[in-house]
Amino acid sequence: MIYLDHNATTPLDPQALEAMLPWLRERWGNPSSPHRFGHDARAAVEAARQRIAGSVGCQPSELVFCSSGTESDNLALRGAARALRHRGDHIVTTAIEHHAVLHTCRALAREGFRVTFLPVDPDGVVDLDALQASLGPETILVSVMHANNDTGVVQPVEEVAALARERGVTFHTDAVQSAGKLAVRPGELGADLVTFSAHKLYGPKGVTPLTPVTTGGAHERGLRAGTENVAGIVGFAEAAARAFDGLAAECPRVGALRDRLEEQVLATVPGVRVNGAAATRVPNTSSLSFQGIDGESIVLGLDVRGFCASTGSACSTGDPEPSHVLLAMGLSAREAQGSIRLSLGRATREEDVEATVAALAETVRQLRRVSSVRDGAE
Amino acid sequence: MANAQDDTRPASGSSTGPVLFYNETVIEHFMNPRNVGELPEADTDGFGLVGDPSCGDQMKLWIAVREGRIVKIAFNSSGCPGAIATSSKLTALAEGISAEEARRITDDDVIEALGGIPEKKKHCSLLGVRALQAAVDDWEGRRAAKAARA
Repeated sequence: MIYLDHNATTPLDPQALEAMLPWLRERWGNPSSPHRFGHDARAAVEAARQRIAGSVGCQPSELVFCSSGTESDNLALRGAARALRHRGDHIVTTAIEHHAVLHTCRALAREGFRVTFLPVDPDGVVDLDALQASLGPETILVSVMHANNDTGVVQPVEEVAALARERGVTFHTDAVQSAGKLAVRPGELGADLVTFSAHKLYGPKGVTPLTPVTTGGAHERGLRAGTENVAGIVGFAEAAARAFDGLAAECPRVGALRDRLEEQVLATVPGVRVNGAAATRVPNTSSLSFQGIDGESIVLGLDVRGFCASTGSACSTGDPEPSHVLLAMGLSAREAQGSIRLSLGRATREEDVEATVAALAETVRQLRRVSSVRDGAE
Repeated sequence: MANAQDDTRPASGSSTGPVLFYNETVIEHFMNPRNVGELPEADTDGFGLVGDPSCGDQMKLWIAVREGRIVKIAFNSSGCPGAIATSSKLTALAEGISAEEARRITDDDVIEALGGIPEKKKHCSLLGVRALQAAVDDWEGRRAAKAARA
């Protein structure tokens, strides 16, 4: 089995698992308990908090541990919007955000906020001029993702952060797909609120910090109730340290494999396009559109052959709607429907690339025989 | 990290391994669909085209009818696995039976013959059923036109 869906989730780093086990087996105390078991767990959470802050480039007190990227995005957007309601009612985001942000913004619109969804160019990059033009005196919050989950296209968040800062507007970025994939540390993006997730960087599921850089002094007790996921937080600290330490070597390695994969697909399979190819992308992600066939059929054909790919973000798999990200980039519904996402990772090797290209070429040939599309032309 | 790589590769082939979304029969029809292709114009007694070509989910179906029976059937589908597998099964069910009986095949008949498909994929089977009904209608129309000319 060759796993090429690392944007959905990553395997748990074996050292992170080792670090977690004592906190599940013997040291299972509640960090809020007033005895040695509690103190032990509290000390572990705080040590992990220090370590994660060091890895991602923020202050330990700025980290709020949530359960998922979706929860973190919700807390950031609903929290900031409601807290700043007295200053204005306008929120700016993009058409290509993850559903966790898009749907939250739509919910806020139903509460009476005005929301602007910024367009992107054909390469999937947000239009900074449109962003600038959208900012008004009533704008209180901007949310622009760092790297897109479907295409891997990196957004100019440093520029967005500067524009927001000039105007005194709070800026949130969903960095779930970039944290641990790009050399830049989430805490150094210039955003006021950053969402990133443990299970996308070889940590456990169920731990997703939000770093509220401007709300200083805030912590889970103030922002998020519930007993801390001690083992998860400890595992995240280990995984994050290893992911960020390994970036300098891993980024170019995975990037070279992804580039080779795309070159070989383009050379072998007719009627295919690489989405966002001209933009800066995270090095592990490839979004491919195949003419005349269905993305879900390609994914199943690959699955049967032993390759795990995706039609797009995992939360919309099985959803008959084509990717809103590809539609926003100007692809037709038909082109978007014929798209798959391959996301490489730490376990991906050179020989996996050759095998993937062969399986993909065979799958596409098989499906085009059924659809009567040959050589990318009907 | 070399050892870690091996440890983190997903297991495969074990009985406790991940299962696919579709049952084995559906996957078999998806991988080896029956009656794929198109009939030449001279052999075609009925043709049906359904679906929205703009969204990519398009279905074409041809039938050849002798003495009221479907003797040849062929289809093209650019759709999802559910559409391909149900169309394949549908053509297998329709081949050799009378065109009138074929028109009465429902999407539930096809789903049952495949041993079920996931709930949210059930609508996919409608495409083939509707294409077959359209092809039978077309055959009847051509027959009526021929009778009127005679």
